[in-house]
Amino acid sequence: MTPEKLKLASHVTAINWNRIEDEKDVEVWNRLVNNFWLPEKVPLSNDIQSWATLSAEEQLLTMRVFTGLTLLDTLQGTVGAVSLIPDAITPHEEAVYTNIAFMESVHAKSYSSIFSTLCSTKEIDEAFRWSVENVNLQKKAQIIEGYYYGDDPLKRKIASTLLESFLFYSGFYLPMYWSSRAKLTNTADLIRLIIRDEAVHGYYIGYKYQKGLEGLSEARRQELKDYTFELLFELYENEVQYTHDLYDSVGLAEDVKKFLHYNANKALMNLGYEAMFPAAVTDVNPAILSALSPNADENHDFFSGSGSSYVIGKAVNTEDDDWDF
Amino acid sequence: MSAVAASPAVGRGTGRRTSSSLIYFSSISTNTHRFVEKLTMDAARLPIYTRDDTLEALEPYVLVLPTYGGDSGHGAVPKQVIKFLNIPGNRELIRGVIGAGNTNFGESYCLAGDIISVKCKVPHLYRFELMGTSEDVDRVHEGLEEFWTRLSQQQTPQ
Repeated sequence: MTPEKLKLASHVTAINWNRIEDEKDVEVWNRLVNNFWLPEKVPLSNDIQSWATLSAEEQLLTMRVFTGLTLLDTLQGTVGAVSLIPDAITPHEEAVYTNIAFMESVHAKSYSSIFSTLCSTKEIDEAFRWSVENVNLQKKAQIIEGYYYGDDPLKRKIASTLLESFLFYSGFYLPMYWSSRAKLTNTADLIRLIIRDEAVHGYYIGYKYQKGLEGLSEARRQELKDYTFELLFELYENEVQYTHDLYDSVGLAEDVKKFLHYNANKALMNLGYEAMFPAAVTDVNPAILSALSPNADENHDFFSGSGSSYVIGKAVNTEDDDWDF
Repeated sequence: MSAVAASPAVGRGTGRRTSSSLIYFSSISTNTHRFVEKLTMDAARLPIYTRDDTLEALEPYVLVLPTYGGDSGHGAVPKQVIKFLNIPGNRELIRGVIGAGNTNFGESYCLAGDIISVKCKVPHLYRFELMGTSEDVDRVHEGLEEFWTRLSQQQTPQ
């Protein structure tokens, strides 16, 4: 792939937030702004003792996983989200992409905060060298990058959504795994903030993709749908190799793959397509799911329970101004 | 999906009446709407915009709604749902809630369902992600049928 000069928005007018064409733009902007965070707010140094309990192999794995995630965040911040701006339908959509781009840069920087807290400079440099040399990691970045520089705006959104909602998860698995074993819990708190942001990004870019499909011919829609599944398969095959490469040494590869399937389904749903992987291969380890979200386990499924008793959700503060009762 | 029977506006802030046993909110991203469509059950959709009149429920119903966000509860319940539940008659007829969301939102996953479960003292029956998988659809379909059967058996015959 020959790097080309990135296309810029061809015409800019003063953005008027008092005249909204798509309410999703405002809703997502507000959500992203409310979710804003910086790594300095997370007490990572509380993980120093926990880090010391990991074996050398586990430490190496963790650092490699985090440099892999750093590469994806860098790609999304520097090229991915920015490449979507010229294709935006509304000026507010452009503004949302600038927010997404910036937060991806915050994510990328936060891994360096983790490194500087837990590791030596030599170890850090080694891990970054690994990220440049690892074939599967470089391949996934190159596949996505190819579409960012390509000339199809909708394919760019497909690639971007698959990055946000699928490609990160071979990496996100590990801090959730450590968290489920009460290790590196502050690091996991930081990663959960990233995971939350990526969900909004994938949701929004996927939504804009679906808006872009409106009014297209059936043939063109089918072409894009076929393309989505082809790209997902291409990325999936690479992810499986990447997963084995990283996790075989600690015996977790099969568990990670279930997490990949589960998230591939969610990426497809963000693009408006039905889930592809059947339940038999998306049964994510409950400990991982509960590290991700404490409400996600089967105990919260009333229909599968004994029936006579049920759990009422825990009390939460609400905006009482809005409620009459 | 059958449409809601239209009728003239009744009472403060209410619009159409509905006898559907499934009432749901879905934003313009339509994830929840698609899930409800896959259930192939009679269902009524709340208006998307808060400025529009809300529905008036006539029969017991289960509410399906998404939680979009993850900001420790702030604004988790869509305004349109609050408007609907602020009507005492609608509140009296709610029997359960089903939440849609994304586990990426951590503790806020399906939080709106939890909030309504507590405020209205009804069970949070099920949680699913985004537009739901086929397994979610099957479980909710079966689960709702059993739920309504059980509720009707519990009622004392007059």
